[in-house]
Amino acid sequence: MSLKKISKNQPDNFEFDSKNLEEAEKIITNYPKGKQKSAVMALLYIAQKQNNNWIPLSAMKYIAKMLDMPYIKVYEVATFYSMYNLTPVGDYFFQVCTTTPCMIRGAYKLVDVCKKKISENESEISKNGKSSWMEVECLGACVNSPMVQINDDYFEDLDEEKFSKIIDQIDKNQKPEPGSYRGRLSSEPENIRKTLLSNKNA
Amino acid sequence: MLKDEDRIFQNLYNDFGAELDSAKKRGDWLETKEIFNKGRSWIIEEIKTSQLRGRGGAGFPTGLKWSFAPKEVGSKPHYLVINADESEPGTCKDRDILRFEPHKLIEGCLIASYAVKAHTCYIYIRGEYFNEGQKLQKAIDEAYSNGLIGKNASSTGWDFDIFIHYGAGAYICGEETALLESLEGNKGQPRLKPPFPALIGLYGCPTIINNVETIAVVPTILRRGGKWFSSLGREKNTGTKIFCISGNVNNPCNVEEEMGVPLKDLIEKHAGGVVGGWDNLKAVIPGGSSMPLLPREVCDTIKMDFDACVENKTGLGTAGIVVINKDQDIIKCMARIARFYKHESCGQCTPCREGSGWMWRMLERMAKGEATRDEVDMLMDVTKQIEGHTICAFGEGSSWPVQGLIRNFKDEILERNKYDPLIQRKKEVPYLVDQHLLEKENA
Repeated sequence: MSLKKISKNQPDNFEFDSKNLEEAEKIITNYPKGKQKSAVMALLYIAQKQNNNWIPLSAMKYIAKMLDMPYIKVYEVATFYSMYNLTPVGDYFFQVCTTTPCMIRGAYKLVDVCKKKISENESEISKNGKSSWMEVECLGACVNSPMVQINDDYFEDLDEEKFSKIIDQIDKNQKPEPGSYRGRLSSEPENIRKTLLSNKNA
Repeated sequence: MLKDEDRIFQNLYNDFGAELDSAKKRGDWLETKEIFNKGRSWIIEEIKTSQLRGRGGAGFPTGLKWSFAPKEVGSKPHYLVINADESEPGTCKDRDILRFEPHKLIEGCLIASYAVKAHTCYIYIRGEYFNEGQKLQKAIDEAYSNGLIGKNASSTGWDFDIFIHYGAGAYICGEETALLESLEGNKGQPRLKPPFPALIGLYGCPTIINNVETIAVVPTILRRGGKWFSSLGREKNTGTKIFCISGNVNNPCNVEEEMGVPLKDLIEKHAGGVVGGWDNLKAVIPGGSSMPLLPREVCDTIKMDFDACVENKTGLGTAGIVVINKDQDIIKCMARIARFYKHESCGQCTPCREGSGWMWRMLERMAKGEATRDEVDMLMDVTKQIEGHTICAFGEGSSWPVQGLIRNFKDEILERNKYDPLIQRKKEVPYLVDQHLLEKENA
């Protein structure tokens, strides 16, 4: 179970802006009538996106009202799932996968890079106010390990040097390219591919 | 090695692009109506003939599962739910299907929904796969605008809708009943079974839940025939499977192979061999982190299918193969897996919630050589207390890797942890649980 702390600084009010409200209402229609509660996860995502990548308590109250469910149920969901940030994170939120398949390919070296270049501790916003990092569990890109997720994008096949460069690029306001950093297009075996060769050459 | 024409996922490496046009060139959506015309029972029979087993880990026969859905739709609608909450460490096959072969999945959803009489399908994707979900959504939109799904899908007269639901980083939601809870807007804590979801599932309605890979292979099976599928592999372990080979190999990759392919072939031929050579191999986790590891001797000969893995006291699981060589500290590797389970336990059942933390802490100490000799047996005992005493299979999933470690590498753990039990050393440790035994009046 993951422990989650709620931010001490909470905004008083939260409301979806008109675009997000529309999106939220559309999502609610995905579920049968009377089961609008199902949309809570999606709505929390929208709130998180709108509010600089974290969810304040007022947003939970707002969503609870919108979906006609008890506030505590929304709170329960928001604290149960690890992807909802309940405290502010950096604009660039680095999630380093350190579960065994990544670990044995050197994920902890990437953690060291984070400690050096972003902040000493996890979930601590960097000095330039841009980034924060966190160790997370398996992100499901094991054959492209070690990898880091920055906001929504996967950066794969990294090593210390390449990862340092990515952080430098972000610090310089450049946009690093997501995907493999060894030039792989997908999860194919590098250089020694033996299957589906006719497709490759087609 | 499996012939290329027998590979179902021709676009596994994205040679063609995932768009509808190129998917159609590969044979997707080809006269889907014909399949519908053959009828519901034909579809289920054909899947039974193919002996397709679920690809999500448990290996339950898919045709049988579908036949559990009530024959007639009563007052409650039926649902089809696709489990794309792929979070098992070592597994990344569904990700490639979602991003490169989405139309195989969507067509499979349509056919499966017809077979189980569901008009609505929810695809539960893990939240981290946001980009993959967007790609799938694009493919769904394409299918809608081409009339392949929606009202009168593919002019079969069957109405069918697909919705994507994003998870939010909880491994436990890959368990089918936890997934349903999550889909209903609750925290993902598994339900007791029975009742099984096939009768009482999503919103209390009959629900069939299948893995992405299972559903994505269905259209191809129906086109080429269940007999073709069952001719691959061996009895009850038929067909092809995507294997994910990660860890200490030269070329980690996903590859689709025939069931029952030797593990050594997978590692040597497809993944470029173990880093440092085959002799440098220490152990292999054959089916995602929750399956017990295999020592080197077994890796030489084992064939990768459900039954052969069970014979070797492990399981095929999701076929996420994690190769660990001798440069790694095996105890540390398993301690990290134990930490994963500690983090991901949903906290509903005490043995798992508390036990997963115990196992992690003990293994961490064992990795550092700080544990006592008899703690190894105590750890084994802890795993036995968790296994089978929980609502869902997470208890097994978290204790099996530890059991596998102790079964195969007990000597190594003992060599590192030579201490006498604290109680015999008469050492005052304030937090020692059985400190009271030191005090004479209590002894």
